[in-house]
Amino acid sequence: MAWWIWAVGLAATAGRTTNPVVLLLVLAVLGVVVANRRSEAPWARAFKYYLVLALTVITIRVVFRSVFGGDIEPSGMHVLFSLPHIPLPAWAAGIQLGGPVTLEGTLSALFGGLQLGTLLCCLGAANVLANPKRALRVLPGALYELGVAVVVALSMAPQLVDSVQRVRRARKLRGSEANRRRWLRSIAIPVLEDALERSLRLAAAMDSRGYGRTGAASRADRRVTGACMLGGMGGLCVGAYGLLDSSTGVSVGFPALAAGAVLCAVGLALGSRRIRRTQYRPDPWRLPEWLVSVSGLLPAGAFFVGAGIPARGLNPSAVPLEWPTVPLVAVVAVLVAASPALIAPPPVRSVATGRARAPASTSGRDSGSGSAVDLGPAPSGERTDAPAAPRAGGVGAVRAVP
Amino acid sequence: MISFERVSVTYSDSTRAVLDGVDLEIEEGQLALVIGRTGVGKSTLLGAMNGLVPHFTGGVLAGRVMVDGKETRTHKPRELADVVGVVGQDPASGFVTDTVEEELAYVMEQLAVAPDIMRKRVEEMLDLLGIAELRDRPLAQLSGGQSQRVAIGSVLTSHPRILVLDEPTSALDPTAAEEVLASITRLVHDLGMTVVLAEHRLERVVQYADRVIEVMADGTVREGPPALMLGSARVAPPVVELGRLVGWDPVPLSVRDARREAGPLRAMLGDAPVPDPVRPVTEPARSRLLRARNIVVRYGDVVAVRGVDVDLTGGEVVALMGRNGSGKSSLLWALQGSGPRQSGSVDVHGVDPKAVPPPEARSLVGLVPQTPADLLYLDTVTDELDLADQESTDPSSSYARSLLDRLAPGISGDTHPRDLSEGQRLALVLAIQLTAAPQVILLDEPTRGLDYTAKRSLARIVQRLCSDGCAIVISTHDVEFVAGCADRVVVMAAGDIVADGATAEVLVASPAFAPQVAKILAPLGFLTVEQVQSALGGVG
Repeated sequence: MAWWIWAVGLAATAGRTTNPVVLLLVLAVLGVVVANRRSEAPWARAFKYYLVLALTVITIRVVFRSVFGGDIEPSGMHVLFSLPHIPLPAWAAGIQLGGPVTLEGTLSALFGGLQLGTLLCCLGAANVLANPKRALRVLPGALYELGVAVVVALSMAPQLVDSVQRVRRARKLRGSEANRRRWLRSIAIPVLEDALERSLRLAAAMDSRGYGRTGAASRADRRVTGACMLGGMGGLCVGAYGLLDSSTGVSVGFPALAAGAVLCAVGLALGSRRIRRTQYRPDPWRLPEWLVSVSGLLPAGAFFVGAGIPARGLNPSAVPLEWPTVPLVAVVAVLVAASPALIAPPPVRSVATGRARAPASTSGRDSGSGSAVDLGPAPSGERTDAPAAPRAGGVGAVRAVP
Repeated sequence: MISFERVSVTYSDSTRAVLDGVDLEIEEGQLALVIGRTGVGKSTLLGAMNGLVPHFTGGVLAGRVMVDGKETRTHKPRELADVVGVVGQDPASGFVTDTVEEELAYVMEQLAVAPDIMRKRVEEMLDLLGIAELRDRPLAQLSGGQSQRVAIGSVLTSHPRILVLDEPTSALDPTAAEEVLASITRLVHDLGMTVVLAEHRLERVVQYADRVIEVMADGTVREGPPALMLGSARVAPPVVELGRLVGWDPVPLSVRDARREAGPLRAMLGDAPVPDPVRPVTEPARSRLLRARNIVVRYGDVVAVRGVDVDLTGGEVVALMGRNGSGKSSLLWALQGSGPRQSGSVDVHGVDPKAVPPPEARSLVGLVPQTPADLLYLDTVTDELDLADQESTDPSSSYARSLLDRLAPGISGDTHPRDLSEGQRLALVLAIQLTAAPQVILLDEPTRGLDYTAKRSLARIVQRLCSDGCAIVISTHDVEFVAGCADRVVVMAAGDIVADGATAEVLVASPAFAPQVAKILAPLGFLTVEQVQSALGGVG
């Protein structure tokens, strides 16, 4: 959970600026922390895919800008090269195909793409550092069903892939090459039947294991809860938009966000009141969690308040072209976010005993930052089977926790 | 503990009652075994015990089901979670969470058990079922026996008084089945838990049962003590059949009891020659059909099959045995040519089935996969058969239909393939595969979910194919089926062939794989009741 707050903080930071230096710095911070504090679990290897995705986004943006957004009046701009201009019919006025490509246009597209890519990487880092399914456990009671649905869907996906592979292989056994027409149907029907049956069995198993035991809630109760949640979500959306989009002022963003949050909180509290459920080994929230969250929120706060950061430093203009200035405060603020690479305890690495052994013990992926040090006083002292020793030689794995 | 009063269940899409006027009383601390042919309503009976029938499945339940003083009419399954623990047929499909530990805690989270008690119960359950070393394991990585035990543990953590299990060992190899049954008997004996379980493989469980409930085809039930019930039941394990044949009374239920009684029988049979295990080998067809050398199958860095040689000759039935995950399926798929094969060669009449397009490979080697339903996707049996005719060489004939009638007579053409019984569906897929007239036929776990009657008709089909000169490979865990049907047994372990020889030699030599009759009559070489019968005919 702490990692998610940290990542959201960094994402908000990135959303406020198009300064390439700051953005690259944010990316570097993400990279350092991920490299030092990720576990060995399967999802922890996914960060590079997010990087690839970010690169793709940047490329697409630049290419589109070059092809479709050719500057009509490149006076005073630096023309890099010219693509053949294709005149479009009158109804497509406003869209331009080809034409001169300017350095300024390309750069602003590049920076915009970089911003988007950085946001994606923030999301990726949160996913890599904390088990996404564990993160769902912090959802309040009223949203529990939603969390379960997500977890079930996540585990269904690989099963579906398995099922498709099995049926495709079986298809070969029938040698139905002559029936291209029926090919899709012949795969889809057995797979869907399989998935449907599996879901029914899962539903039956969950039902007989007590899922959905709810206390009595009156209809009015439920309506009030629903209204609160809807209103709250709306408020949150408007607020988030206001804050992340630097063109609207902070004046719109903050009140909407606050109102939305309050409404949501009320709705959740109302909803949770009628649910009786307990949690097995809840994730602890201690000093490391606080430090990680604060270090992520700090740069975001600094950027919003704008203390000592000139607006030019955040959004360098591309027209006229100028070298982006790098405000010192911004750099320091972003660098603070790198501190979890040191202050967060390293994930527990279990000693690998063959392939079947899970790559990391559960405690290592608890919220990303709960770890061996947390386990001492927690009611989990009897872990006898997992010799939870940090792997020597791993980068930063043997650093002490302050 | 559980009482049924004149319970009848009718599902909405049929007029026939699945259960009809059932009166039943299961007392505390009993292990009740539910038997009956496939599709007679065993699962319905089990489902009625925690209210899944009719709350979840739909249908109409008349009468009254009381469980630990609560009536299922007013209590939904979720409200009975702390009274009845239910484990379905496929435990892996009922898992909700990621890891073993979280799965064990799931039901307690739903019941709002206090965290410290939860922690304690999880630890107890890990020890009780002997799965402590699995605690951090992702559920997807568990073997069949392990997931069955985790599934049992995951319902037991709510401390129910009743445990209901639907075919807990049907998909397991003999050793894994023993582990699961050992856990179950421990629950009954140490904790006094009431256990109700349905099972086809009676030879595995009947000696543990206190009481047998037989569901009849018309929806009524009979119940009584095991010895009495099995003496006359429609389905019976070999030990009981042997008892019936020789006229022991009461009928022995375990190998131990039978062995004690079998002294005179052994003496009588001692001099008689052991009859041919299966049947006279059809001599003229003894030609080599398939020759495979050094087959290697890898998935990533896991080697499933490592350098295996296989020879198959016409007119022989080969049983392929071994633990779950020992590479049996991978080998079969590699022989057929559709599965991966990293190195080695397969030669069927001079052709490698992997090198030719699928339609041609299919006419060389036919494979019926573990889930035959994967091959079926049309609405009626007739459509499937017509398609099979089109797919094979001669599109105009109704060859497939005639094959099906030969394998399993009396399947109506209008039936939806999903409505067939397991055995009928298997026959349908086999008929579809046989339209291409392959000489080598591979069956991957065909006995799964079949009752004794269906297995017997499968054995007859296999014999017929065999006398046509085909070579047949059957991968299975079912020792009794192998004893009655196969000429040769190949045992695989960790991707290697560890034993390959005549059925009698391989089966009798291994304690895990020996059929019941062999255990009772050792050191005589008898494997099946039929053999004893014919030997007795010769003697007497």
